Amino acid sequence: MTKAKKGVTFNHNPLLRSELPAWRPRFVLLCLLGGSLALIGRAAYLQGVNDQFLQAKGESRYARLLGVPATRGKITDRQGDVLAVSSPVKSLWAIPEDARLNPAQTRQLAALLEMDVNEVNQKLAVDKEFVYLKRQVSPELADRIAALKLPGIHDQREYRRFYPGGEVMAHVLGFTGVDDKGQEGIELAYESALAGRPGSRRVVKDRRGNVVEDVQSIRPPQDGKEVALALDNKIQYLAHAALKQAITDNKAKAGGVVVLDAKTGEVLALANAPTFNPNNRVHLTGDQLRNRALTDTYEPGSTMKPFTAALALETGKFTSNTIINCAPGRMTIGTATISDAHPHGALSVAQVIQKSSNIGAAKMALTFTPDVMWKMFDNLGFGSPLKLGFPGEVGGRLRPAKTWRPIEQATMSYGHGISVSLMQMANAYQVFARDGDMVPLSLSRLDAPPLHGTRVFSPQTAREVRQMLEMVVQPGGTATQANIPGYRVGGKTGTAMKLVGGRYALKYVASFVGIAPISDPRLIVAVMIDEPTAGKHYGGDVAGPVFAQVMGGALRTLGVPADAPLKPLQVARQGTTSAASGESM
Amino acid sequence: MARLNGFLLMLVVASSLGVVASQHQARKLYAAVEREQQRSSQLEVEWGQLQLEQSTWAAHARIEKLAREKLAMRPPQSGQIIAIEERP
Repeated sequence: MTKAKKGVTFNHNPLLRSELPAWRPRFVLLCLLGGSLALIGRAAYLQGVNDQFLQAKGESRYARLLGVPATRGKITDRQGDVLAVSSPVKSLWAIPEDARLNPAQTRQLAALLEMDVNEVNQKLAVDKEFVYLKRQVSPELADRIAALKLPGIHDQREYRRFYPGGEVMAHVLGFTGVDDKGQEGIELAYESALAGRPGSRRVVKDRRGNVVEDVQSIRPPQDGKEVALALDNKIQYLAHAALKQAITDNKAKAGGVVVLDAKTGEVLALANAPTFNPNNRVHLTGDQLRNRALTDTYEPGSTMKPFTAALALETGKFTSNTIINCAPGRMTIGTATISDAHPHGALSVAQVIQKSSNIGAAKMALTFTPDVMWKMFDNLGFGSPLKLGFPGEVGGRLRPAKTWRPIEQATMSYGHGISVSLMQMANAYQVFARDGDMVPLSLSRLDAPPLHGTRVFSPQTAREVRQMLEMVVQPGGTATQANIPGYRVGGKTGTAMKLVGGRYALKYVASFVGIAPISDPRLIVAVMIDEPTAGKHYGGDVAGPVFAQVMGGALRTLGVPADAPLKPLQVARQGTTSAASGESM
Repeated sequence: MARLNGFLLMLVVASSLGVVASQHQARKLYAAVEREQQRSSQLEVEWGQLQLEQSTWAAHARIEKLAREKLAMRPPQSGQIIAIEERP
């Protein structure tokens, strides 16, 4: 190096003077060329041939497919009051392998979840990749747990269905499972309308996880539709409360109440007992779950008699004043003997209904051919399901007319040897409430009443039978307890013995089906009490008061004008001042 | 020629800065839309919960209990009802 300071240049470096072999620069150049060709080839391969793979990989770094949740539709009553609504909740889950918690953390978690520490440990000890710690906890609780920042503990958003009506509406609404899908009742029947379809969309996310751009909407979410039921919240409560009281008072096994709007065929109330709380279904038995009014059949007993009378009037062989000899209260047909609960003498057709004489009904029935009677039952909707779309609806038992023996025809005239559901019975009473025709029933609110009904009896016949039904609740009838002050009502009692193992046992089904107001019927109420055991078992004594309570309340709720004088009647007219003296409440 | 090139270069730079700015603007606006949508769904949820709360408070069973026990109310007897007729 010291030499360089003296002005020796590299040009004169003797090392450089030595000639390189001619192949060496060429070799190096060739290597460089080969290298760059390889790079170009690789680049072309990545850019041209295998570009999709890389693009997908690149996209996955910033694009995300997001699920867009859809909510299940609400269920409301006819006034729009919410009966069922889905609200978001969180489900806590864990990856046991990642969840390495120290004892203090586990205790904290268990305390927040209101679970036993051992239980939490057990869940976290499973050899699985995914385990639910607790489903459907409140969002606030989930947030507090998330704030603990425990490793391996995650939450996911879910929906839970809430039923503010509780046990009052339980049987009509049914309920949904843990996955928010309908399992019973309306929830199941209207599943396709109520269920929402979750959507999804592709978005670009930035480093902090914020969505910065919507790339495409793959499927827009579709929220479930709101379903408005025909049910009236208040009438339903009246029916439920009255039924519950009657079940307790009569120490009965079960019961049901149905309220129909006679003008439109809408189901205004449907109560069953025993019932359940749909918000807490821990101790649920099949007995509580059954919607008896729709899925159970019973032998209706005397509530069937008005139809026999109507058919008798329709055939022209009887008028409401035709006298039928019902003495001595028993009658033998073939080998069997039928009898009245209380023996009667000679009764008119109207009195047969008023006093509920089996003999009278049987004597009328024996003048019909089986075909005619079967046709009437069929027209009234007995023997086949109502097609309300409710899960588990039954049609009852109506055997073909060819197989009827005279004794069966006689017993069917007063409601034995035939089985119906309570809803079918209420449905059939439409013929008396609607001047002889029937419209299909509806569980959902109708915007306009159905235009045409199916005619079963002539309007004349229907009106005459309506008069007879009114006599039932008047002095001398079987159901004076069913009377409602201020309204003219009519109906028919039923007291049927239950078939147990093919024989009639001393167990009863007390029922009452009635219509009001008689001058222009608006409502049909059917009440059925199964096995009253507190001493009373007649339909008039057991089911009559329930009817009066429900019907009276429902008529007032709907603002149906009174058509009978109140006792004592007070009417305040415009221009008069002396109306309300001494009646301050 | 050189002048034109310089001018075009400036145009290109300006437009590319514009692209960046508008892209940023779009993302900011999108984030705002996103926030509002989230708020809307949150309000929807709250509305459902409030409806639920309302029906719970307004449950007929509760009202009847309060009316009977707290306010000592009872259904009127038939003689205490006054019907008001509307003159047509």
